[in-house]
Amino acid sequence: MIERKQKTNWVLTIVLILGTVTVFFPLYMALIIAFKQPSEMTNDVAGALSFPEKWSLDNFRQAMEVTDFWHSLGNSLLITLATIALAIVIHSIAGYVIGRGMAKKKSFRIIYLYIVSGMFVPFSILMMPLVKQTAQMGLGNRAGVILLYLVFYMPMNVLLYTGYLKNIPMALEEAADIDGASTWKTYWNIVFPMMTPMHATVAILTALGTWNDVMTPLVIMSGTGQNTLPLAQLNFQTQFGTNYNLAFASYILALIPILLFYIICQKQILNGVANGAVKG
Amino acid sequence: MKKKMTNRDKTFWAVMIPVLVLFFTFNTLPMIKGVVYSFTNYRGYGSYDYVGLRNYIDLFTDARVGKSYLFTFKYALAGTVLVNVISLVMALGLNSRIRFKSALRGIYFVPNILGGLVIGYIFSFIFTYILPAAGSALHIGFLQNSILASERYAWVGVLIVGVWQAVAMNTIIYISGLQTVPQDVYEASMLDGAGKWKEFWQVTFPLVMPFVTINLVLSTKNLLMVFDQIVSLTKGGPAQSTESISYLIYKNGMDGGQFGFQSANAVIFFLVIVAISIFQMTVMNKKEEQL
Repeated sequence: MIERKQKTNWVLTIVLILGTVTVFFPLYMALIIAFKQPSEMTNDVAGALSFPEKWSLDNFRQAMEVTDFWHSLGNSLLITLATIALAIVIHSIAGYVIGRGMAKKKSFRIIYLYIVSGMFVPFSILMMPLVKQTAQMGLGNRAGVILLYLVFYMPMNVLLYTGYLKNIPMALEEAADIDGASTWKTYWNIVFPMMTPMHATVAILTALGTWNDVMTPLVIMSGTGQNTLPLAQLNFQTQFGTNYNLAFASYILALIPILLFYIICQKQILNGVANGAVKG
Repeated sequence: MKKKMTNRDKTFWAVMIPVLVLFFTFNTLPMIKGVVYSFTNYRGYGSYDYVGLRNYIDLFTDARVGKSYLFTFKYALAGTVLVNVISLVMALGLNSRIRFKSALRGIYFVPNILGGLVIGYIFSFIFTYILPAAGSALHIGFLQNSILASERYAWVGVLIVGVWQAVAMNTIIYISGLQTVPQDVYEASMLDGAGKWKEFWQVTFPLVMPFVTINLVLSTKNLLMVFDQIVSLTKGGPAQSTESISYLIYKNGMDGGQFGFQSANAVIFFLVIVAISIFQMTVMNKKEEQL
């Protein structure tokens, strides 16, 4: 038995290592094209796969200017970080209230089902009325996008928080209650810190969803002249024209922030995603 | 005691009411409006009239809408099967006794963290220039033209990118499913002399069944709502052969003057998604119980 466990399956290891080509090849292509000059773009396979003649950052510098990179990056960061912070605060309180209320009252059970069923509502059905509505309310901007994300991710996050809450015993809250602490205080001092693992999961799932989203900022912020990072790639397609090198430099720039974040927090992200699926 | 309970209740409602108002205003209200618009001939501007069920009747005779449903279902069905088979195999591989396990798991998840739009642009270049170049060099006829330009096969191109991204997510979910299977179950089946193939179908698969349900529902729903990849790969072409329902609603509803008509399309689309999800969950629940 012990022998069986220790033996490494090298054939499978090698197959899986070779398989990573499917992940790396598109990224490799994008990277070398981003460094090449238009004159280096050839139509044969060897030429397409070869390294650029020189590794110059000119394309990246130019792409940053054309797409107003720092501005788009700032918008993406602002929207994602604000959404995460507000989601952790608002969705966790909502999850707590619904989770604890549900145990005693039918009204909270109904509220739970009402909010969670929102998961099945596709953006397509909300899109057109929301564009009108946000415009009328003066929310056709970054703030509106953040607010909408808070609503769109509420069903999933409430589901995750109420699910997690079942593991937290009521005894602690009851003890604090007897000591005379208010519900509000008990929540922030005792329950909120205990939900930290779920905060991480919520932050990661919300971040991956909002950072890469195109559709919401596309329809809501279209009149503002502001771009998020993915939106900039879409809106500057015409300016890239047939200069693929410039376009790919811009794509690489758009991929770098999330790749860096992934490399740093890889373990937490994989755990967070797995957690979300198991609890959900 | 009674007083304390009411204080807690008050706090609860003080939190709940604003949250409900927020959710209603930006989720339920626009949905109701969408349903109302679906009974009008609103173009997105100007005045409009109520037209009863005409939009819904027209939906079923509109060739372009029919084509988009056909494409979307074909795409979602093929995608769901491919994604789940590939990711289950990947998960079995990544969960066995291999070296560099966490590094490999990390690498195979990368496609999921990258945005569909930019990935679509990169693949679009590969399909348009690299594959035809390879096809010419190797004298493989069907590769010599870009598949994205082919009315018949462009959907396969979109499918490859969609599957490439979705497999990453589902593999991680299957791995966490496989980890819930206790080691002694395998040991017992080995003592019984069950082969690997038998062990998988009779021991592993039934135990990860709940994860199959999650993955089926998740991948079908996400594939049905495909949008980013369409924008970056084909823009619905050639000849509207890859126009997904989401893309059609966006395109004709927002700019095409079909606000009312596409609202009706969105309502039907919503009902279809709910029906498919419920169907999958009830069928799979029955399967789970049987096992």
